[in-house]
Amino acid sequence: MTILVILVPVALALGLAGLGAFMWSLRSGQYDDNEGAAHRILSDDDIRR
Amino acid sequence: MSESVDYSHWTRRAPDGAAEIDLAIDGIDCAACLDEIEGALKPLRGVARARLNLSSRRLTIGWREAETSPAVFIEELRRLGYAAFPFEVQRAEASETAHTKWLLRCVAVAAFASMNIMLLSVSVWSGNITDITPATRDFFHWLSALIALPAAAYAGQPFFRNALAGIRARSLNMDVPISLGILLALSMSVYETAHHAEHAYFDSAVMLLLFLLAGRALDQVMRRKTRAAAANLSALKGEVAHRHDESGNLVTAPVSVLSPGDRILVRPGERCPADGVVLSGRSELDESVITGETARRAISEGASVYAGSINFDGALTLRVTSAGSSSLIDEVGRLIEKASEARSGYRRLADRAARIYAPMVHATALATTIGWLLYGASLHDAIIIAIAVLIITCPCALALAVPAVQVVASGSLFRSGVYLNSAEALERLAEVDEIVFDKTGTLTLPIPRIANAESLPANVIELASRLALSSRHPLAAAVAHSGPPRSPIEGADESAGAGVKAMLGGREVRLGSASFCGVDKGEAAPSGSSLIFFRDGDAVHRLEIRQALRVDAVEVAAALRARGFRLSILSGDSTASVAPVAAALGIDDWKAGLKPADKITAIEALKTAGRRVLMIGDGLNDAPALTAAHCSLSPISAVDLAQAQSDAVFLGEKLQPVVEAIDVGRKARKLMRQNLLLAVIYNAFAVPMAILGFVTPLIAAAAMSGSSVLVTLNALRARSRSEMVPDTPEAARAADPMRLAVVGRAPT
Repeated sequence: MTILVILVPVALALGLAGLGAFMWSLRSGQYDDNEGAAHRILSDDDIRR
Repeated sequence: MSESVDYSHWTRRAPDGAAEIDLAIDGIDCAACLDEIEGALKPLRGVARARLNLSSRRLTIGWREAETSPAVFIEELRRLGYAAFPFEVQRAEASETAHTKWLLRCVAVAAFASMNIMLLSVSVWSGNITDITPATRDFFHWLSALIALPAAAYAGQPFFRNALAGIRARSLNMDVPISLGILLALSMSVYETAHHAEHAYFDSAVMLLLFLLAGRALDQVMRRKTRAAAANLSALKGEVAHRHDESGNLVTAPVSVLSPGDRILVRPGERCPADGVVLSGRSELDESVITGETARRAISEGASVYAGSINFDGALTLRVTSAGSSSLIDEVGRLIEKASEARSGYRRLADRAARIYAPMVHATALATTIGWLLYGASLHDAIIIAIAVLIITCPCALALAVPAVQVVASGSLFRSGVYLNSAEALERLAEVDEIVFDKTGTLTLPIPRIANAESLPANVIELASRLALSSRHPLAAAVAHSGPPRSPIEGADESAGAGVKAMLGGREVRLGSASFCGVDKGEAAPSGSSLIFFRDGDAVHRLEIRQALRVDAVEVAAALRARGFRLSILSGDSTASVAPVAAALGIDDWKAGLKPADKITAIEALKTAGRRVLMIGDGLNDAPALTAAHCSLSPISAVDLAQAQSDAVFLGEKLQPVVEAIDVGRKARKLMRQNLLLAVIYNAFAVPMAILGFVTPLIAAAAMSGSSVLVTLNALRARSRSEMVPDTPEAARAADPMRLAVVGRAPT
């Protein structure tokens, strides 16, 4: 069972990474325009140029 | 254009040195608009970036100041068919946004903690009935504590703060038992873990936090959406003032930067942007939104004017005076202050529940301890069981019972064009049994209509309304609103104060005064209406303009009566104009010629008679009555002060939202009560279990999440089955008064 001492902290670290990613996306304003983001992915103006 | 627009007030500096401005955009109805708008603006010279927020309908543009100016962007947007107005994020909205983000962060932390603790807890629960070693269990419990304690310290703040504030104000709110439950569960779990016990309640405490935070975050997101939409609407009114700067030049500036002493120009057809005194010019003012009177008041030098009144004939130069410097506004302010004291006595359903609930739970826990001690249990066991009682009764379902319904109900109202100012308005709306209407601007449309439309050929109205789009005169605005929305006639030419003319298919069409159309005035207009003439070639038509009832006013009055409400009208207008309206609606109980204080007196009298009054009004003179009433509604065209005193604002030219608001309010209250009942039933089962000492952490977790889900599902039933205003963009547009206001505006 000593493997738990390594595995549980690893699992926690993964969870923390997810939490950190959410915090980052919230801070960088990715939830400010949910509707627009859904449509922006379909726009191809970067190719036209 | 002779007049420059001063955008500096709205412009801010971005980190990269470019200037930035926010514009509220009207006319966005599909996702393609996103590409169209950004695609059109980005190639413009000097534009650094353009980003449209499709959710909030706001556009942020960054540009290099030396090369271009916002006027270019607005013109380009107008050419594409979108109305754009500079927009300033109000402080209230900014703090609301910050609060939403904070709540979301708390939700994220609580979600992370509860998922990971549950991972450990499930292992312990399954280990307890198989072969977990005490060492492993202690390790898992300590790990849980390591996650739970910092997470609760961070994510519990919204509750702890409210609870502290409540205790300081010596009142029990729902957050007090929540905070107490969480803190006790955590400290007991730490104590138990230190003593190698089998059970710890870390998972329950954090899961409780997660559920409650999620409810609160949803509520906040809904409120923020409503506020953002309301802020857009007020920006789209495009309220600007023409101000003389130091060198005497006219500059267009936002109303918010006006200060007392400024000299401003008010052109015919414009609204006065601020209270003031007339320095020069003479004109007639339509003050219906201030006093409810439809008769116009002639003013000249030295007269004082109120913000919101419409200037009719001549250009006026005003000196801005500070708000509240006129006797009417003073009186209204004083009355509002007095009336708002009475309303603050209202206790929300949730708080009333908390007042009964909290002492009961704490008494039960105490009784449990004493009972077990008398029965012969050790102090440790007795306290553990008492805390289990507190955890299991911890008002997860109870605390979600009311907010969950509020979120769903205010969302469904939002879609039908009713914007709630406060969530508790739903409860008060449901209790109403008497409805008092203001007349001018509430039962009638804010902009008058052609009264003799039936006696005119159909194409006359159509042509006249198109021609009227090119004029700023208030009577022309009335004509423009009488026809279906159309494009203006090209090349129309306005002679100020006389009329507007254009060439159409080889003949001349004119709209304006009798002399402008080259005819004799004929008989005088009936009282309460004004005359405007329309000449098409050789034929001349006489249009009577007067206040018109909202299209569905009669049906709404009937529908409300069918629901058992007593209706009455309290108007500031003359008896001659109120009587026909009351007769048309079948309302026997009406009073005319009332001052603001009289309206309050009338409402107070109804209150003492035990009635709960819903007041619907739009004028400055209604504001005190709106505050005094049990609940109040305003149309979106109401003056700011009236809107601020109202519990909700409704959009559109129809009264239907009033019926809708009442129906949703009643349904919401029913569901809130059902939810509270569900919570009580849950407690009736759970509390005896806890008192008898049967509640393990596993049972606590299952019971709490089960009851929360049940309550939330029940709340979802508040979504109205038949949405009166469909979600389609066309219908939303038709229902949107700002749309008409914008289309009807003469190009500047």
